[in-house]
Formats: sequence, structure tokens, C-alpha cells
Amino acid sequence: MELTTLHYLVVAAALFIIGTIGVLTRRNVVVVLMSIELILNAVNLNLVAFSRLYNGLNGQIFSIFIVADAAAEAAVGLGILIAFFRNKETVNIDEVDLLKW
Amino acid sequence: MTLLATAVTFVFALEPAAQAMTPVATHFFFYLLSAVAIISAVFVITRRSAVHSALALIVSLLALAGLYLMLYAPFVAAVQIVVYAGGIMVLFLFVIMLVNLELAAKEAQFNKQWIAGVLAAVCLAALFAVVYYKGAALFPGTPLTLAETDNTQRIGIGLYQTYVLPFEIASLLLLVAIVGAVVMAKKKI
Repeated sequence: MELTTLHYLVVAAALFIIGTIGVLTRRNVVVVLMSIELILNAVNLNLVAFSRLYNGLNGQIFSIFIVADAAAEAAVGLGILIAFFRNKETVNIDEVDLLKW
Repeated sequence: MTLLATAVTFVFALEPAAQAMTPVATHFFFYLLSAVAIISAVFVITRRSAVHSALALIVSLLALAGLYLMLYAPFVAAVQIVVYAGGIMVLFLFVIMLVNLELAAKEAQFNKQWIAGVLAAVCLAALFAVVYYKGAALFPGTPLTLAETDNTQRIGIGLYQTYVLPFEIASLLLLVAIVGAVVMAKKKI
């Protein structure tokens, strides 16, 4: 069977679903942030696959911006994590409930 | 120093002229890289130790870089390796080492709503399956073969001409992120 775009899309969908399960079910904040990175990479693979299908470079340029954005988001998220860990000594995401009623 | 210059000139003189190379063993590499990416992703979300998760994520990112190379996107593959695997994941590992996760590794790893989370993900998978099944005609058989010789040059031209505004905004975004992360992680502001 020839390798079509659909093959790459299915791989990207699988990575997206694994990342979603990680975000929704893990208690460790660092692993949740890493699952978000998995989701972003799934989107990147989707974009690059479509960029090849439509013979343009827009998808690849978009994916470069997504990588830059993921770097900024990881830095800020980890900064928040460090600030939170300094106060509460735990990385359990269930303990992030200071704004609950 | 001249030895280095001679070696570099030798290597560049040996480069083949701008011609497309035929792909080799495409199916094998695609399935191998996809399997490595997906299995490493499963390791990311199931490992008890955060360092193991980070290393598995690095493996997954490298497999994805290989998939980008198969999709005729060498610059994106290089950016993925250098920035994502070499920058962001190193940042993750620094923070994992900074934060003491030994106690967290002994607690329960999955929260109480894990059934609802997996159910939501299964519904999402069903949605993907329906969309890809119904829309399979939109993705025609063999994609075109992109030129792989001037990919970086064309991306550079695109970034500086068509997409110069998002480029500048991305630089501002990185500045804001740096300032924000430093302010948040400081002990005294």
C-alpha cells in the first residue's frame, strides 16, 4: 500500500490522543506539561504532512512558529511550576486548588 | 586551520549537484519511526519517574524529526532536533532536577478521574476515525515530491517576506516569555 497523507495523519492522531490521555489522567504537573508538548508535536506532524500534500511551504513555516511558541509556553509553565513548588513542596496537580471556592 | 578549510572544501566539492535522490525503503522507515514515536509517547504518560518520561519524550521527538525528513521538510526536522529536543527538553530536565520529585514518584500516578479521561480520549479517537474515513477521498494517493535542495532558502524567504509579521511577533513572544519566566522563578522580585 502506498504511503499516503492519511498514514501520517493517523500517526498524528494517535500522538494527539496519547497526549490528551496524559493531560487528563496524570497527577504530576511535569508529565502534564510533557503531554501538552506531545499534543503540539502531533499538530506539527499534521501541518508538515499537509504541507507536502499541497506542495507549499506554509505548513512548514507554521510548524516552525509552533515550535517557538511551545518553547515560550514550556518556559512559562515551568516557571509557574517552580514558583508553586517553592510554596507547597508538591507537584501534585490536585493540590493546585488555591482558587477553588 | 588550513587543514580544516581544505577538509570543508573537499566535502563541499563532493556534494552531488542539485538533483533529487530516490527514496529508499520508505515503508520500513515510516512504520519504524511511527512505532518508535507512538511507543515512546505511551512511555511518556505511563512512567513513574519524571526523568524517564522526559527521556521517552526526547526519543519521540527524534522519531518525529525522522518523519519530517521523510515528508521532505529537512529544515523543520533540524529545528525540531535543535530547539525541541535540544532546548525545550533540556529545560524540562533542568526543572525536574531542580524540583524534588522523589516523593511524587512514590504516590499514585493517575488521578481519580482517569476513567472519564480515557473515555473522552476514546470518543476523540472515534471522531478522528469517522472524519478520516469519510474524508479519505480528500487525501489523494501519492503526494507530489517536493524539491529538497532549496527548502531552507525558501523557508527563509517565506519567513522574511510573506510571514515577517508573525516572525516579529514570535520574537516579542519569546521576549515576554523570558521576562515572565525569570520573574516567576526568582526568589525575591
